[in-house]
Amino acid sequence: MADVLERLGYRVDFPEDQTCCGQPAFNSGYRAEARTVARHFIKTFERCERIVAPSGSCTAMVTHHFAELFQKEPDTLARIHDLEARVWEFSTFLTEVAGVEDVGARMEDVVTFHDGCHALRELGIARAPRRLLANVRGLELREMMPAEECCGFGGTFSVKFAELSGAMARTKIEAIVKTGANTVVSLDPSCLMQIQGALSRAGSRVRTMHLAEVLASR
Amino acid sequence: MSAEFDRKIHITLEDANLQLAVYTATGRLKEKRIEAVGPESLPDYQELRTQANAIKKHAIDNLDHYLEEFERNVEARGGKVVYCKDATEVSDFVLSIAKERGARLIVKSKSMTTEEVDLNERLEHHGLESVETDLGEYILQLAHQKPYHIVAPALHMTRYDVAEIFTQSLHVPNETVPEKQTAIARAVLRQKFLDADMGISGANFLVADSGAVVIVENEGNARLTTSAPKIHITVAGIEKVIPRAQDLVTFLKLLARSATGQLLSVYTSFLSGPRRPGELDGPEEFYVVLLDNGRTKLLPDRTRRQSLYCIRCGACLNTCPVYRKIGGHSFPWVYSGPIGAIITPQFMGVSHEPGLPFASSLCGACGEVCPVKIDIPRILLELRSDVKKSEAREKQNRLEKLAFRAFAWLMTHPRIYEMAGRIGASMAPAGDEGWVRNVPTAMNVAPVRAWLSQRDLPPSPAKSFREMWRQR
Repeated sequence: MADVLERLGYRVDFPEDQTCCGQPAFNSGYRAEARTVARHFIKTFERCERIVAPSGSCTAMVTHHFAELFQKEPDTLARIHDLEARVWEFSTFLTEVAGVEDVGARMEDVVTFHDGCHALRELGIARAPRRLLANVRGLELREMMPAEECCGFGGTFSVKFAELSGAMARTKIEAIVKTGANTVVSLDPSCLMQIQGALSRAGSRVRTMHLAEVLASR
Repeated sequence: MSAEFDRKIHITLEDANLQLAVYTATGRLKEKRIEAVGPESLPDYQELRTQANAIKKHAIDNLDHYLEEFERNVEARGGKVVYCKDATEVSDFVLSIAKERGARLIVKSKSMTTEEVDLNERLEHHGLESVETDLGEYILQLAHQKPYHIVAPALHMTRYDVAEIFTQSLHVPNETVPEKQTAIARAVLRQKFLDADMGISGANFLVADSGAVVIVENEGNARLTTSAPKIHITVAGIEKVIPRAQDLVTFLKLLARSATGQLLSVYTSFLSGPRRPGELDGPEEFYVVLLDNGRTKLLPDRTRRQSLYCIRCGACLNTCPVYRKIGGHSFPWVYSGPIGAIITPQFMGVSHEPGLPFASSLCGACGEVCPVKIDIPRILLELRSDVKKSEAREKQNRLEKLAFRAFAWLMTHPRIYEMAGRIGASMAPAGDEGWVRNVPTAMNVAPVRAWLSQRDLPPSPAKSFREMWRQR
């Protein structure tokens, strides 16, 4: 991701104090713990001009749920609103802020795209990654049916309801394999871990790649 | 999560025939809905959703006002409204009327509200015969099962299952052709309609400004149930009230399309009071039972109150990847799927099944298809927090609480976080042969085992991102 952004002329910083947005605690019902981690996120990033995340899910946590956590703290809430306008998911940062749909990438491959649920439904991202993929030289995009159905990851859900989560993953990889693609691309490392884990267990040769990896290819 | 919930999920996932039946049936409903609300069929779909949400919000925010208006208008037409706080009050009321009038046989049309209060079981316990007349519900009653789905109660059954149930319960020859099965049920039920002393129905809408009960259905059995017997009782949740008859224009456009992909259900019936002088049919007595059963507990909270907007279309079930895998009977109460996952803990208390709000990947598909825009994922998140607070009070699940405290501490100490990452990476197997199926004993903790029961894990990376970043 840093490579792609630098090629577009951005100066990229990686604040080394960064850890997590707190979503695992928030989604597990531990709001006090989530607040602690969220405060750390705000402190780490609030002086940055723009914050680009290689994850729709982490982005949605900051832009859609941080405010929910701090309803009773007006000062923090103001800092959050100031911050959330500057937080971008990677693909939409490229198309909407950088105004680029072609980053000059090349990758000879047949790929299929998996919509991460939070990117799709909370952030409304469907077009940006597809436009970016369409402009990668040598790449053929084959849509899976359905692309928008959850891979079954769901954070702690994947281990609390492991058997169910595994069954959802197997339905997902069935749709992937049907396309005949060699590679599944997505915006979220967590979906990719679930999908790759299930593909590997099924003995499939299909691999997973983050959109940033595809766009960095030359 | 209770062992019972876990076990039900497991047996459903293991049953290949059931998996196929449920996945196919919900898939068909899902596809039909997508077409029926698509831009060609319903261009103003999103505007209608916004409008439906606004009407429901207004109705629930002013529930006392509209219930009173509804009551006045029902009584002006000669009907009677009865408020019940729970299951016992509903069955006591029905039993008292049955006793006074000497009623023995009751016909019922489909109603989730009566399922919620186990009305059939309670009436049968007192020696009354209460017969379900919706085909799916009738099959389930013969099989002694609860509905599998809010809209399609026997969705999990194949025609071969139905053939077996009919042969066993009705002593008819084995018949696997659906039309002929329907004819068998029809012959039995037609006589029940003619003999019944009382009819009980649910309601899709209670219209305040006209005192009307509105019922949508496809089989015509609800129309017979509400018009043939001398006594009629509608049992409805208090949240079913809408302000005006004209609001139906919005809701009727959304309901059938969201539920089954039909533009309109086959029958839409408006019941307004008992038979008037000169009329040829309709009941002589007309009662509307308004049920609370936990609903008023939701009113103080603005977010959660939305749960009462539900019009029971079942769209969230058909689109939910979890429901489509675990089916309806895995759920702890009659309401299944995403809507069941938010109303069950709120009506019954979170400890009824503490695992329920967690049985979701939070994919958000339910909220996206909800015709009245209930923010189901957000309510699930709030209920998760409620469960954890209740566990903390009861001093349960302390290990998990401790783990999340440790998580929060680690995530606010970046240097130690980095070190922990390094230690983890040094312990994890390297990826000489791709993703890994086994981990060393020290890493073999419950969550890792759970992950590995279904999927492989990524191998240890040669370098961390931070190391790579520093060397750039």
